[in-house]
Amino acid sequence: MKDRTKYFSYPYIVWMTIFIILPSFLVLLYSITSKESNGITTINFTLENYKLFFDPMYINILFDSMTLAAISTLICLILGYPAAYIISTSNISKRNTLLFLCILPMWMNMLLRTYAWMTILGNNGLINNFLEMIGFQKVNLLYTRGATVMGMVYNFIPFMILPIYTALSKMDIGLIEAADDLGADKKTIFRKIILPLSMPGVISGIIMVFMPAVSTFIIPQLLGGNKNMMIGNLIEKLFILNGDWNFGSAISIIMMIIILISMSIMNKFDVDKEGGARLW
Amino acid sequence: MSNAIIELNNITKKFDGETVLDDITLSVKENEFVTLLGPSGCGKTTTLRIIGGFETPTSGEVYFDGHLMNDVPPFKRQLNTVFQKYALFPHMNVFDNIAFGLRIKKMDEKIISNKVLKMLELFNLKNYGKRRIDQLSGGQQQRIAIARALVNEPKVLLLDEPLGALDLKLRKDMQNELKAMQKKLGITFVYVTHDQEEALTMSDTIVVMNDGIIQQMGTPIDIYNEPENAFVADFIGESNILKGVMHDDYLVEFLGKKFECVDYGFGRGEEIEVVIRPEDLVLTEKSISPLEGIVQSVTFKGVHYEMIVAVSNFEFLVHSTTKAPIGTTVGLSFTPDDIHIMEKGE
Repeated sequence: MKDRTKYFSYPYIVWMTIFIILPSFLVLLYSITSKESNGITTINFTLENYKLFFDPMYINILFDSMTLAAISTLICLILGYPAAYIISTSNISKRNTLLFLCILPMWMNMLLRTYAWMTILGNNGLINNFLEMIGFQKVNLLYTRGATVMGMVYNFIPFMILPIYTALSKMDIGLIEAADDLGADKKTIFRKIILPLSMPGVISGIIMVFMPAVSTFIIPQLLGGNKNMMIGNLIEKLFILNGDWNFGSAISIIMMIIILISMSIMNKFDVDKEGGARLW
Repeated sequence: MSNAIIELNNITKKFDGETVLDDITLSVKENEFVTLLGPSGCGKTTTLRIIGGFETPTSGEVYFDGHLMNDVPPFKRQLNTVFQKYALFPHMNVFDNIAFGLRIKKMDEKIISNKVLKMLELFNLKNYGKRRIDQLSGGQQQRIAIARALVNEPKVLLLDEPLGALDLKLRKDMQNELKAMQKKLGITFVYVTHDQEEALTMSDTIVVMNDGIIQQMGTPIDIYNEPENAFVADFIGESNILKGVMHDDYLVEFLGKKFECVDYGFGRGEEIEVVIRPEDLVLTEKSISPLEGIVQSVTFKGVHYEMIVAVSNFEFLVHSTTKAPIGTTVGLSFTPDDIHIMEKGE
């Protein structure tokens, strides 16, 4: 029996090979070959694509993307933690309703949700019409960095709330009672028991928000206009408009390395090695 | 009342309209080892949680050292609890777990270190301070949980089935250890268990509970020898409970025969219940036995044989080191001392 069960993993291994390992390898291959050698017979290896990236213009784009993603992640954390805490401490029926409301927007296409924000933030949008109605001047909301951050927070906040909620709801009530019994008031219990024990959830949340935020291209394109190019837009542009697959691949690889490094740094902060809420 | 450290007056607790505790009145003396004993769902843990402050009674008063405690939250009470599942903090090592309560009190780190190390020594866990909680065995975790509570020098220690998860041998060792520690430190223990043997071994006073009502309160010897009702008799050890009639002081009739006994003070002709412990019944020659019956079954139990002997309509449970084959007729003997008379239940 034991021998046979391993066959069940074969379809998954095949799937992984075709759709994950092979493409990743191709991206790597593109990134270290020059544009002129696009044929199997004549491959010219070069690191030129990587060198190209260390131009201040591209570094700035990278830095900008990471800043915007970090700001969004921070806002998601500040809003998401209390939300997760409230959900985990409410009674069963209320909890399910709140969780449902939290997941509901994810059932809709992300593009649609982002377009919806355009009509809210736009010059003739909901907010500006309202401002005009009560006698204020119109404000330029759309196509700003703020709008990009707003869109990222809106789209990714469920990924912050859910892992934190999981970590909090798995926590043993007995631990809170024990701390109470040993003389800790509510604030101390939160600081010394609840917060540290929910850290695995917080870390998962940060990773799950930061990763899509740093590489998204739809949100900055729709809400940020062309003023703020993020790294995702740059890669998209190189592949679709410029047809420079090699340079685009190199940037993708650089992004992968940066994400891997930041993830391993995050994991260093993870005290609870047993915590099931971890993703990695 | 002078040296009562905990008093519960007419405590009633309802969860969603369902009565869990019904008019419990109980007082615990200083330095006493009190055990709340009963089957699961009898209200013993709820009683403990009310003392600890984790539940508030629906009605009635809780006094601690003469002060009304009903609305005082747990963190302000001068008692500590050892929880059933230990509830050790998984993100802290052994030392930090034990030091938790002292650090909350903002004690000097040096004094804390001294006290914690002393506790570790007391529990034979000297070199375990740096260990993570998940690296410890059940028995060690259990001792850490007790150390974490005791290091705060509470006046009363509440223990909620602390030995429930340990294996038999370890449990026996810990029973002795706990009892010795309680005597040495002079702390009042309120102990919850469903294990009657544990209760008999450790307690000064046993409080037998069932259906949210205190069935009997007394020393282990009183409870065992003079159970007040059929529930207590049945719950504390195994027993044979028969219907009988009291003819006079020291004279009882059951199974159609009259027997001498040591009980008195019942009404003449009063219907009562008779308890005879299985280990008090002795297999004897038919000619000299007051009762005789047929052996229905024999089970080997290690220390003794457990036999069921049918005497007319009643099946006696007998614990004996000698055995008789199934189907044989045997005599059963007992002394007047072995007969315990109880008032008849509903």
